[in-house]
Amino acid sequence: MAVSGLATRGAFARAPRRGTASRLLEDERWLAAALLLPTVILLALFIAYPFVEGVWLAVTNATVGVPGKFVGLANFEMLWNDSIFRVAVWNTFVYTAVATVFKLGLGLWLALLLNRNFRGKAFTRAFILLPFIIPTVLSTYAWKWMFDPTFSVINWTLFQLDIIHSRINWLGDPGLALISVIIVNVWRGVPFYAISLLAGLQTINPELQEAAAIDGAPPWQRFWHITWPLLLPVTMVVVLFSVIQTFADFQLVYVLTGGGPANATQLFATYAYQLGVGTGLLSQGAAVSLAMFPFLLIIVVVQLLYIRRVEVH
Amino acid sequence: MARVVIRNLNKSYNEVHAVKGVNLEIRDREFMVLVGPSGCGKTTTLRMVAGLESITSGDIVIGETVVNELPPMDRDIAMVFQNYALYPHMSVYDNMAFGLKMRKFARPEIDRRVREAADILGIENLLNRKPRQLSGGQRQRVALGRAIVRHPQVFLFDEPLSNLDAKLRVQMRVELKKIHDRLGTTAIYVTHDQIEAMTLGDRVVVMKDGVVQQVGEPLDLYNEPANRFVAGFLGSPAMNFATVALTDVAGATHALGEGLQLALPPQIGERLRSHIGQQVTLGIRPEDLRVESGEAANGLSFGAVVEVVERLGSEILLDVKVGSGTMVAAVEPTVQAKVRDHLRLALNPERLHFFDCRSEAAI
Ligand SMILES: Nc1ncnc2c1ncn2[C@@H]1O[C@H](COP(=O)(O)OP(=O)(O)OP(=O)(O)O)[C@@H](O)[C@H]1O
Ligand SMILES: [Mg+2]
Repeated sequence: MAVSGLATRGAFARAPRRGTASRLLEDERWLAAALLLPTVILLALFIAYPFVEGVWLAVTNATVGVPGKFVGLANFEMLWNDSIFRVAVWNTFVYTAVATVFKLGLGLWLALLLNRNFRGKAFTRAFILLPFIIPTVLSTYAWKWMFDPTFSVINWTLFQLDIIHSRINWLGDPGLALISVIIVNVWRGVPFYAISLLAGLQTINPELQEAAAIDGAPPWQRFWHITWPLLLPVTMVVVLFSVIQTFADFQLVYVLTGGGPANATQLFATYAYQLGVGTGLLSQGAAVSLAMFPFLLIIVVVQLLYIRRVEVH
Repeated sequence: MARVVIRNLNKSYNEVHAVKGVNLEIRDREFMVLVGPSGCGKTTTLRMVAGLESITSGDIVIGETVVNELPPMDRDIAMVFQNYALYPHMSVYDNMAFGLKMRKFARPEIDRRVREAADILGIENLLNRKPRQLSGGQRQRVALGRAIVRHPQVFLFDEPLSNLDAKLRVQMRVELKKIHDRLGTTAIYVTHDQIEAMTLGDRVVVMKDGVVQQVGEPLDLYNEPANRFVAGFLGSPAMNFATVALTDVAGATHALGEGLQLALPPQIGERLRSHIGQQVTLGIRPEDLRVESGEAANGLSFGAVVEVVERLGSEILLDVKVGSGTMVAAVEPTVQAKVRDHLRLALNPERLHFFDCRSEAAI
C-alpha cells in the first residue's frame, strides 16, 4: 500500500497542473461514484420507485382515481379472509411446482439428447428455441385456439384416433383448466431449460464419461454419478430463475383463461390484476402482489443457500 | 494379465483414413509403446483397443476374447488419460474407488485395494483431497492409482506424462517403469516422445500416417531402423542424412556426395552391390562421428566447417557444413572447436545406414 501510494504521489508531482474535474476523476472514489451513477438512477427509477410505490399502495385504501389514505394492514387482513386469495395461493404453488418439475425433467432430457452428435445438430438446437422466442401472447393465442372445445385440433386428433368420444373442454372444465395452463407453461419453458442445461453439459469434459465407462459404469450410473452432480450448480441457477418467473406468471394465464373458470386457474398475478385493474381496487391488488414477496424471498434464499453449498463442495 | 492381438485394424473417419491395416501382437506382461509424430493414429488405435472408438474393420483380441463389439466396461482394461480425467467432484479416495464400486466390490476389499495403490504411489496423505487441490504430478498419480486398483488385464496410457514439466516427467517415467515391473500388467503406452519410447518400452511400435513402420526392441530399432523415417524419428539429435551416389572404383564401392568421398569396406560394398550406379540416402548418427586429427588413412573421413558449437556439458554438439549440406556431430566434451574451424570428421563404416532413395527402405 505504502509503496503504491508513494508512486502515485510521485506521478502527481511530475504531472502538469490540471483542472478540478480531471483531478476528481483521478480519485478512485469519485470515479467509481460517477461510473455507478447512471445504473443507480436507472435502478431507482424503474425498480425501487415502483416497488416503494407498490408497498405504499398496499397500505392505503386507494382505488382508481382516488389517492386513498393510510389504512395499515387492513388490506392484508381482508386477503386473509378472502377465499379466492387462498385458492390463488394454492394454485400458484401447484402451478409452479408441477410446471417446474416437468420443465426440468423434459429440459434435461432434451439437453442430453442435444448434447449428442447427430446430423442437423445446429439446426435442431436453434429450432428448439422457437417456443421461447415467439412472443408469449402470440403463442398462447395459438394454444387457446388449439384448446377450443369445438375447433380444437387436439380434440379432433384424439377423436380420429378413437381415444375420446366426447369433446374435452380443456379450458372450460375447472378440473382440466389448471392442467392445460400448466401444459402451455411447460411448453414455453422447456427451451430455456434445454438450452441452459445444454450449455452446462458442454462444460463437462467428455473424457469423464469415457473414464467412467471404462471404470464400469453403465449409462444410467454415468449420468447419476458424473453428469448430474457436475451439472447441479447450473441446474440450480436455472431452476431459481424459472421458479421466480413461473411463480409470478401472468400473460399466459391471462390470455388462456383470465383466471377462470370459477378461479380454477387464478394465480397471484392474475388475481392482483383482476382486483387492482379489473375492479379498480388498486390498494388490494397491490396487497396481493406484495403478498407474493415473502414466498419468493423464502424460495430464493433457500435456493441460494443450496447453490452455495453445492459450489463449495 | 493377457496378451493383446490387433489384426488388420482400420479406422476411417469420413474422409480421413486414420489407422491403416495395423497388425500387432502385445505379449502377456509386455510394455508396448506406440510412438510417432502428431496425427499418426496412435490415440485412435489405443481408443479402439479401449472400446471408446468403433472399429472400421479388423479384429482386436484381449486374452482369448475378440472384443470388437464389447463396450469398454466389459473389456477389463484401465486407461490413463492425457488430461487425467479425474472426477472433479469426488475425493481422491472416491476417484480410485469408483471403478470398484461400479463393479460391486465389497467395501473392505475396495478399501484394501485403494490403500494398497495409494501406498505404491505415495499418495496416502492425499486421499481426502479433491482433484483441484492437487498438483499436476499428484493428479497424475491419482490417475495411475485409479487404473491400478482395478487389477485390469491391460493398462492403456495415452501420453500420460505430457502435461508434466521436464523434471517430473523423468521422475514419473522411472516410477512407471517400477510399477510395471512390480505389477507385470500388460501395457500399451502412447507417446510422441521418443525418449519415453526408448526407455519405457519392452518393445516399440513406430507409426506414421496410420501405418506401422517397424516393431521391435528399442535398441534394435535404433541400431537397425527399417526405413529412413524410423531412423530419423528415433535418436536425439536426429540422424544426419545425405544423398550419395554409389560407384565402383577398381572393385571397391565408393559413396560420393556433397563434400563426401567415402571408400567403403568390402563387406558393406557387398551389401550395396545391387544399388551401384544409383543414388542412395546415407544416414550417420551424430554420435558416430568423431573429430580426427590429420588425414584418416582409410578414406572414411571428410572435411567440415564448424557453424555452431553447443556445449551440453556431457557432450558437444557441432553443427557443421559439409559441402553445401549440414550435419550435426556429437563429440567428446574435451574437443576444442570454434566457429569457422575447419576439421575432419571420421566415421565408423559399421555404423553407416543406407536407404533406398525412392522406397526409403533400409538397404
Ligand atoms: N473424431 C475424429 N474425426 C475425424 N478425424 C479424426 C478424429 N479423431 C482423429 N482424427 C484424425 O485421425 C488422425 C489420427 O489422429 P490421432 O488422434 O490418433 O493422432 P495421434 O497419433 O494420437 O496424434 P497426437 O500425437 O497429436 O495425439 C488425425 O489425422 C486426426 O485428424
Ligand atoms: Mg493422441
